[in-house]
Amino acid sequence: MRRRVAVQGLLSGGALAALGACAAPAGVPASARVVVIGAGYGGATAAKYVRLLSEGTIEVIVIEPQPAFVSCPMSNLVVAGMRSLDDITRSYDGLRRRHGVTVVQDAATSIDLQGKQVTLARGARIRYDKLVLAPGVELMFDAVPGLAQAQAEGQVLQAWKAGPETEALARQLRAMRDGGVFAIAIPEAPYRCPPGPYERASVVAAYLKQHKPRSKVLILDANPDVVSKPGLFRKAWSDLYPGLVEYRPLHKAVAVDARAMSVKLELGDEVKADVLNVLPPMRAGALAVRAGLANANQRWCRVDYASFASVLAKDVHIVGDSILAAPSMPKSAHMANAHAKVAAAAIVAELAGGPVDAHPMLTNTCYSFVSDSEAIHVASVHEYVAAEQTFKSVPGSGGVSSARSTTEAAYALGWAANIWADTLG
Amino acid sequence: MNVDRVRIDAGAARWRWRAMGLALSCIGVAAQAQPAGASPTRSLAATCAACHGTDGRAAAGHAMPALAGLARERIAAELRAFREGSRAGTVMPQIAKGYSDAQIDALAAYFSGVPAGSAP
Repeated sequence: MRRRVAVQGLLSGGALAALGACAAPAGVPASARVVVIGAGYGGATAAKYVRLLSEGTIEVIVIEPQPAFVSCPMSNLVVAGMRSLDDITRSYDGLRRRHGVTVVQDAATSIDLQGKQVTLARGARIRYDKLVLAPGVELMFDAVPGLAQAQAEGQVLQAWKAGPETEALARQLRAMRDGGVFAIAIPEAPYRCPPGPYERASVVAAYLKQHKPRSKVLILDANPDVVSKPGLFRKAWSDLYPGLVEYRPLHKAVAVDARAMSVKLELGDEVKADVLNVLPPMRAGALAVRAGLANANQRWCRVDYASFASVLAKDVHIVGDSILAAPSMPKSAHMANAHAKVAAAAIVAELAGGPVDAHPMLTNTCYSFVSDSEAIHVASVHEYVAAEQTFKSVPGSGGVSSARSTTEAAYALGWAANIWADTLG
Repeated sequence: MNVDRVRIDAGAARWRWRAMGLALSCIGVAAQAQPAGASPTRSLAATCAACHGTDGRAAAGHAMPALAGLARERIAAELRAFREGSRAGTVMPQIAKGYSDAQIDALAAYFSGVPAGSAP
């Protein structure tokens, strides 16, 4: 109860008063408030850019249950023991101090789409003029019988949301015997971070090659081929880890047995492993599903791509992994950051009564480490095509690395530093 | 398409200056040195920010160069060189091919107008 009072006091005070007589230089109503649910790459970027683009005239409140930002990109390096969790953790203080964003550490439990307010786990209710929903993905444990229990017991982990579980998977790898099998099961696309599972397999192989060379990485892929950068990953495996990485396409995990440490495959066979990293199918974050906004196959949220507005709920914008992606648009951190800027610009324009950009653009670059020192990338540029109401890759643009290199590893680290600063700083 | 974009940019630029004028008359300081407000050009420039920093102010000590405060002619020439293939690179030749001449000129004008600096 005391906490509730404190939160509500926080929400009604400070930010607006600071604006004083200059509350609405760009035609923004003095009371305009944007609430952002989720402070990952999409939500945090949206919060910062609404403040930047409105010159601080729009109040922004972010609801995020985690105390700090932990990056999924680069988290495979933590699994492989090449970086620490601290290295990929950043504070929300930049949003607070430099941009005047109110970050409330709590979970949003429900959205009243008609009344335009959000209810938090601790009971506070916050009204919004515009809502940015950036809930990321929910792992659909029920799609793989046995997995929920295996996960609850800490036996079979995912580590697909960076944090303590990333370290737990790293511990399982470190504890594995030489000669053991690290198996990763990949769900059918679309899932969060298309190259992520293959990067994980690669850097785990790098660790095993150095520390436990009789071991093996087994990739059980529900897809018919490596989903991202297939040629580059396959070449890295055959050049760097011959005999150590085994790739099996069209091997969909359908059940997990935690006691036997085995995974059953759709084809009928059963595979045992020492470390089992089973990634189930994914869908939009639970709150989006509960709010009825995941209207594409009950999994992803359809949006109007020009502004990332929900096609179902007025004044709700949805960004990041939870949307139904446009063609060739990956579920990536970079893309979530790009969605958020388009949404932020549209929100600021709409609240100010100005024109919404008719031709938004998105870029994407996903780096993947294939060893502790070399990386590869895939890049793309997407433009909004009004006639088709979708984003399309600009013809002739984009591509993948010509070869893995240490140069690209340096760029990958630079990418992380820059996107963290752009998202949070 | 390019013609459309230029027209839209010009319209929004007027809106932005109007907004800035009001902001400056009110606040008087602070805003002058920084990019202000929303515009399609700033949104276009924001597509570079994930790698080159917000408003082109890159994180110090990393491989990606800051774009803020570079000469307009240099930015435009380098983007065109990446696009036409006369300058080698890893990601940039692929990214630059996604931008039109009008967009490259808009980006060059934008970043050259941002005071140099690095991300916090």
